[in-house]
Amino acid sequence: MPGAALRRANAIQNICYSWTTGRLGALMALELKQVGKRVAGETHVYPTDLVLERGSFNTLLGTTLAGKTTLMQLMAGLEKPTTGEIWFDDVNVTGRPVQKRNVSMVYQQFINYPNMTVFDNIASPLRVARHSEDEIKKRVGAMAELMKISAMLDRRPSELSGGQQQRTAMARAMVKDSDLILLDEPLANLDFKLREELRDELPRIFGQRNCVVVYATTEPSEALLFGGKTAALYEGRVTDFGATGKIYRHPRDLTSAMVFSEPPINTANVRKTEGRILMNENVTWTAPAGLPDGAYTIGIRPHHISPITRDPEAVAIEGTVKVAELSGSESMIHFDAYGDSWVSLSHGVHPFDAGERAVLYADVSRCFYFDTNGKLVAAGGGHTEH
Amino acid sequence: MNKTVNQKAWFFVLPVLVLVAFNAIVPLMTVVNYSVQETFGDNIFFWAGIAWFEEVLTSSRFHASLGRQLTFTFTILAIEVPLGVIIALAMPRKGPWVSVCLVLMAMPLLIPWNVVGAMWNIFGLPEIGLLGKTLNVMGFDYNYTRQPGDAWFTLILMDVWHWTSLVVLLAYAGLVSIPDAYYQAAKIDGASSWSIFRYIQLPKMKRVLTIAILLRFMDSFNIYTEPSVLTGGGPGNSTTLLSIDLVKIALGQFDLGPAAAMSLVYFLVILLMSWIFYTVMTRNEDQ
Repeated sequence: MPGAALRRANAIQNICYSWTTGRLGALMALELKQVGKRVAGETHVYPTDLVLERGSFNTLLGTTLAGKTTLMQLMAGLEKPTTGEIWFDDVNVTGRPVQKRNVSMVYQQFINYPNMTVFDNIASPLRVARHSEDEIKKRVGAMAELMKISAMLDRRPSELSGGQQQRTAMARAMVKDSDLILLDEPLANLDFKLREELRDELPRIFGQRNCVVVYATTEPSEALLFGGKTAALYEGRVTDFGATGKIYRHPRDLTSAMVFSEPPINTANVRKTEGRILMNENVTWTAPAGLPDGAYTIGIRPHHISPITRDPEAVAIEGTVKVAELSGSESMIHFDAYGDSWVSLSHGVHPFDAGERAVLYADVSRCFYFDTNGKLVAAGGGHTEH
Repeated sequence: MNKTVNQKAWFFVLPVLVLVAFNAIVPLMTVVNYSVQETFGDNIFFWAGIAWFEEVLTSSRFHASLGRQLTFTFTILAIEVPLGVIIALAMPRKGPWVSVCLVLMAMPLLIPWNVVGAMWNIFGLPEIGLLGKTLNVMGFDYNYTRQPGDAWFTLILMDVWHWTSLVVLLAYAGLVSIPDAYYQAAKIDGASSWSIFRYIQLPKMKRVLTIAILLRFMDSFNIYTEPSVLTGGGPGNSTTLLSIDLVKIALGQFDLGPAAAMSLVYFLVILLMSWIFYTVMTRNEDQ
């Protein structure tokens, strides 16, 4: 039976995966074992298992209130977990206070000491650790160089732009060689241009360090840009975790796919019978190989639906345009079709009037098939590699 | 493009001009008028030039009042500002007790000034007042109506009781506006609670504290009702602050010329000192 075969294949993949992480034990740094947090009867983070390695860049991806900040505070030791244990380099650090953990954190707000100069701000963790003045000068200088704020060392934070303030905060976070650096939406309060600028530099700045970097964001595009690994968070649960590309192309379930899609992924209910997928009597296409008969929810990303196509296999979807947002070289078209709301994101300028009938083409070879429990059973043209 | 000349716009400014004129300019000019003339009533005036100003500025009585005023103001500032900050730091930031504390703190500010004076007047009486009686039972020879030291003690205690709350409320407003992330960042750095106060809380409270100090300076320099009800400036002249002295000269002795000159000097002293305070306290921000 093909269904059983598929499940077996998934099971084998899962075993292979845990075996791989087990083999990488030497690199392992931060390990969450069934870590959960409840506050006043309300669950903020459900028991979570997660292994983050040294030298890795990990993105926590989720909407506001998904539990990103709580999870980071648990990792840092700013909050105590209500269940589970936190291990660092094979040492249980669950009860260890944050100042003894060698952790750094950068916040959405630009947190610097207001009446210290940039130099003193960056030097502050080294001064607490009682390093010599020569050592401090050397390290602060190098860090300021890396963050491109060498010219501002004598200024106070209030005399800097938002981007420079955040660079100062990042320099302070990195100067002490932490084992764990947590970045909680550090770019969210910056304006667009500064955000782009700093975002492009982040992999270079953090990539070379032998520490665990965790970066929380609400934007899927940031996770994709950074690469590394991504954990998708939804309502206090880590719904998926792995190499960013893999998570993007093969989300474990519908929820993870929704977390990792902006604009939101399109979904529709379909049936598979006699080798074909039926959305309704007009919209039907050849089913991917190995997919058992039954009901599925498909997920198709907005940029796989376009008003124009050269692909003869593309499936035409006819609907009524709600609104077409044209921004520079991209068009985002919201439309209703077959009782569902759809979004298409395509290159080029494609003007439509609201209420206009339109035909858009879905590249169904790129669509995800989720079973009735929301688990991914087939992705793209039926690839199942993990 | 030609600038539109709209004379009608002046009508919209007029109400404010009238208000300010009656509220500030006319009274001030009346005082200026008195300060350069001599009068014996009946609306008969003689030109006096700067004679009254010379008299006030060289009068030992004025010097003594000014000295007492400065002592009073700087004593209460030295007590109320640190005490207010300490109380604000000790107040809870979250939870049901916040509103309880805030209401308790606001209470003294809501009591009319002459009532505060009357309260402390009775409170401090050595025979029947709770404070006066208690101190005497404990063996202290306390009598604020006879001993200048006791009068000062009561006066300052009353002002601290009445006005520290203002500093507390302002400092508290400054404290609660500091995002949690600052405290977390300090905790991660391993900063001591003194460092947190010195490098986070104090700089973040600086603006509201500037306002608190300015307000307390101006109010305490102008203070009249409470000491006048409490001690009436006595015993002797020991608690005769500037405003009490001024009222004695103007209404007691009916020396309108010297009183007017003194008012203007008084006003300029407050203006000058407020300016100095403000400049010193905000100096770092302009650098």
